[in-house]
Amino acid sequence: MQEKQSATATEMAQVETIIGRILQIGVVFSAIVMGIGLVILLATGDSGYAGHTVPLTMVAILVGSWQLKSYAIMMLGMYCLILTPVLRVVVSIYAFYKERDHLYVVITTAVLIILMIALAIGLTGK
Amino acid sequence: MIQTALIMIGVGIFAGIAGAILGIGGGMIITPILTLGMGLNIKYAIGASIIAVIATSSGSTIAYLRDNVLNLRVAMFLEIATTIGAIVGALLTGVLDPKYLYLLFGCLLVFSGWNMYRKLRRGQEVLQRVEPDKIASKLKLNGSYYDKAEMKNIDYQVENVPAGFSVMFGAGVASGLLGIGSGAFKVMAMDTFMKMPLKPSSSTSNLMMGVTAAASATVYFFNGSILPGIAVPMALGILGGAVIGSRIMQVLPARWIRIVFIPIILYIGIQMLGKGLGVHF
Repeated sequence: MQEKQSATATEMAQVETIIGRILQIGVVFSAIVMGIGLVILLATGDSGYAGHTVPLTMVAILVGSWQLKSYAIMMLGMYCLILTPVLRVVVSIYAFYKERDHLYVVITTAVLIILMIALAIGLTGK
Repeated sequence: MIQTALIMIGVGIFAGIAGAILGIGGGMIITPILTLGMGLNIKYAIGASIIAVIATSSGSTIAYLRDNVLNLRVAMFLEIATTIGAIVGALLTGVLDPKYLYLLFGCLLVFSGWNMYRKLRRGQEVLQRVEPDKIASKLKLNGSYYDKAEMKNIDYQVENVPAGFSVMFGAGVASGLLGIGSGAFKVMAMDTFMKMPLKPSSSTSNLMMGVTAAASATVYFFNGSILPGIAVPMALGILGGAVIGSRIMQVLPARWIRIVFIPIILYIGIQMLGKGLGVHF
C-alpha cells in the first residue's frame, strides 16, 4: 500500500510538472501579447478604433491585430488568457492518459465536455 | 491614460498577491476599487473581475503545480460538480429567487468561519485517521505536499467526499446564478468539509477557479463587458502579483493564512446574509 502510494506520488509530480510547463508557456504568451498591445496603446495614445469602440468579433480582433491596432492586440491577448484554464484541462487529460490512470482520464474528459457545453450555452446567450 | 494603466497594474499586483495566497478570485478586491474608487459601471467591473479570476488562477497555478502544493485529482473530480452547477445556475436565472441562495451560502460561510476559528484554536492542521475514508481512497484523493514553512513533507487524508462534492455543486450554482466568485466556497468545501489542510485547499481552489470562470468568460468577452484599457494592465499586474503570491504563500505558516482568511470569509458570509434578508450595509 505504502509503495503503491509513493509510486502514484512520483507519477503525479511528473504529470504536474508537464502541465505546469505548458500552462506557463500559455500564460507567458498571453502576457506578451497583452503587453505589446498595452505598449502600443500607451506609445501612440490610439486605440485604433473610433471613440470607445472595442472589437468584439474574432474576425475584427484578428484583422485589427494584423493592422497593429492596440485594442485588437489587447483583446487577442485576453482571449488567449481566457483559454489557458481550458488548455490546463486538455493537457491534464493527456497527462493522466500517459500515467495510465483511466479513471481520471474519464473524469477529466467529463470536465472538458461539461465545459464545452457551458461555453456553447454561453455563446448562444442564455 | 498612462496614469490609469499604472493604477490598474498596481491594483492588479495587490489583488494577485492576495488572491494567490487565499485561493479566492480577485473579484472581491477588484469590484469595489473599480466601482467605488474609479466610478466604473458595475457591468465593466464584473467583466474585469472575471478576467481577474482567470489571471489569478493561471498566474498562481504555475508555481503550485511545479511545487506540488495543489491536488490535481481533487481539483478535477470536484470540477465536475462546479461546472455542472454553473450550467444549472445559468439555466435557473429568473426561476429561482437568489434570496435563498444568499441565505444558504451566507450561513455556510459563517459556519465555515467559526469552524476555521476552532481549527486555529486547536492548532491541528492535518487529519490523520487510522482508517482512511473509503471513497477518498477509491478516487485516490489523499495526497501530500511539501510545506516550505515547516520544511517537511505533509501527508494528508481527505474525507466527507460527498459533502464536499455537494458544496462544490452549490458553489457552481451560485457562481452561475449570482455571478459571484466562488473561490471562498471552494476553499470552504475542501478545508471545512473535506478536512484538507489549508495550503492544498487554497492552491487547489486557485486552479479550479480559472476553469469555472473560463466557462462564463467568453460570454462577457464577446458582449463588450471587458474594457481593454482597464482589464489588460490589471491582468498583467495580477499575473505578476499571483506569481509573487504563490511563492509567499508557500513559506507562510498555514496559521497566518487562516488568521487572514477568517475575517474575510465572515465578512463575505455576513454580507450575503444581509443580501438574503434584504438589508444593505
